[in-house]
Amino acid sequence: MSEFGLGRMTFGSIFKKPETVLYPFEKKPAPAGLKGHIVIDVNQCILCGICQRTCPCDAITVDKPNRSWEINRFQCVQCGSCIRACPKKCLSMDPAYTSPAPHMHTDSFSVPDPKKEA
Amino acid sequence: MSKATIIPFGPQHPVLPEPLHLDLVVEDETVVEAIPQIGFVHRGLEKLVETRDYNQFIYVAERICGICAFGHSLGYAETVEALMGVEVPKRAEYLRVIWHEISRIHSHLLWLGLAADAFGFESLFMHCWRLRERVLDIFEKTTGGRVILSVVSVGGVNRDIDSTQMDEILHILDGIEDDYRQIMQVMLTDASVKNRTVGVGHISYEDAVSLCMVGPFARASNVAYDVRMFGHGGYGELSDFRPLCATEGDCYARVKVRCEEVLQSIAIVKEMAAKIPAGDIAVPVKGSPAAGAESANILEQPRGECYYYARGNGTKYLDRMRMRTPTSQNLAGMVSVLEGCDLADVNMIILTIDPCISCTER
Repeated sequence: MSEFGLGRMTFGSIFKKPETVLYPFEKKPAPAGLKGHIVIDVNQCILCGICQRTCPCDAITVDKPNRSWEINRFQCVQCGSCIRACPKKCLSMDPAYTSPAPHMHTDSFSVPDPKKEA
Repeated sequence: MSKATIIPFGPQHPVLPEPLHLDLVVEDETVVEAIPQIGFVHRGLEKLVETRDYNQFIYVAERICGICAFGHSLGYAETVEALMGVEVPKRAEYLRVIWHEISRIHSHLLWLGLAADAFGFESLFMHCWRLRERVLDIFEKTTGGRVILSVVSVGGVNRDIDSTQMDEILHILDGIEDDYRQIMQVMLTDASVKNRTVGVGHISYEDAVSLCMVGPFARASNVAYDVRMFGHGGYGELSDFRPLCATEGDCYARVKVRCEEVLQSIAIVKEMAAKIPAGDIAVPVKGSPAAGAESANILEQPRGECYYYARGNGTKYLDRMRMRTPTSQNLAGMVSVLEGCDLADVNMIILTIDPCISCTER
């Protein structure tokens, strides 16, 4: 009778909810800690460059003279090393995945100068 | 007298998830010799240790293989910790064991599905992968990644599992166990599975020992060797651990050993979750490995014993990082089993050995 073991299971699954979702019309909710993409709070950033040195795949570029912080999302592997290394805790992980892009590009953020603002 | 013919098998073949090439020397329908060839996915990852510091290399180590990703990051981290004399907090050791055993469940379920697909049992394949999906959901909720977890660091782990998440893991595992027992029953008793596996690809205990086979491949030939029994790290806290062995040494025995190991891993996760102590999950690691310092480490990956070696050179970059993966140990056994088998059984034999070519080539 063992031949019918899986038959019972398969038959039972007819009456159950589908295991899959109807992507892209329906999307699974992202769990809180999902590694989506890195976001920066530019107002907290001091352009120290520790994130750039920690990054294992050279995705981050900190340009202190021009006060810009750049991330190449195509190189980033969402390991979170930069978040853990940041002394000002201005980096964080957003659970949303970035959308597909037709061209390779870097996301650039300009960091405001607190002296000028004052 | 029949004429010998060479039939190429792979590197692209429906039963092979990864590229392995075999030249099968066939006389009539019998394989008289199998000549393996690897090298299709070599990426030179060991060399990268010279350009990535010892903390960054964890993310390279876990990309060696998509199935043993957690195991490689754990094995590497333990080797560097031994190199630098770092003591990992107890809670981190427990968490590492929990994730490692969950990844073993994931690996075995994936393999059972592939095996079912190889002998043409499509619905069994889908049920196995349906359960695997729930395991990946556990990873997603606890680590933020489904395959590449990036939770191990030198000195501990990056993320904690709180009691709510732990209860959720146990609840999901209970659900998996119920369904899995039905799948296991089919895997071990169904006539269509047994017809393809019983008595096929037999390897004796003596051959398994002399060919230095490891993992479920060796345990199916009654070689009671499993690195977890030495009690490294969190495994030392287990109340009882005995390697699961079978005596038959054929494809069926290899299916049986892996089937039973899933239940063993679920039991280990439950025990670890019940006993996990409170405390820190990581210790800060400062400095660099001393020049000439060496360390070696072994870890039971889902496919068997994996050996790690590291040598420091006084800087934050390691001088050498070396891994000996279970599949490279098992290739000799695989070639030996293939000699004398029927051509139609080649795919089943290769699959039950579960070669991981990405690990082997790095």
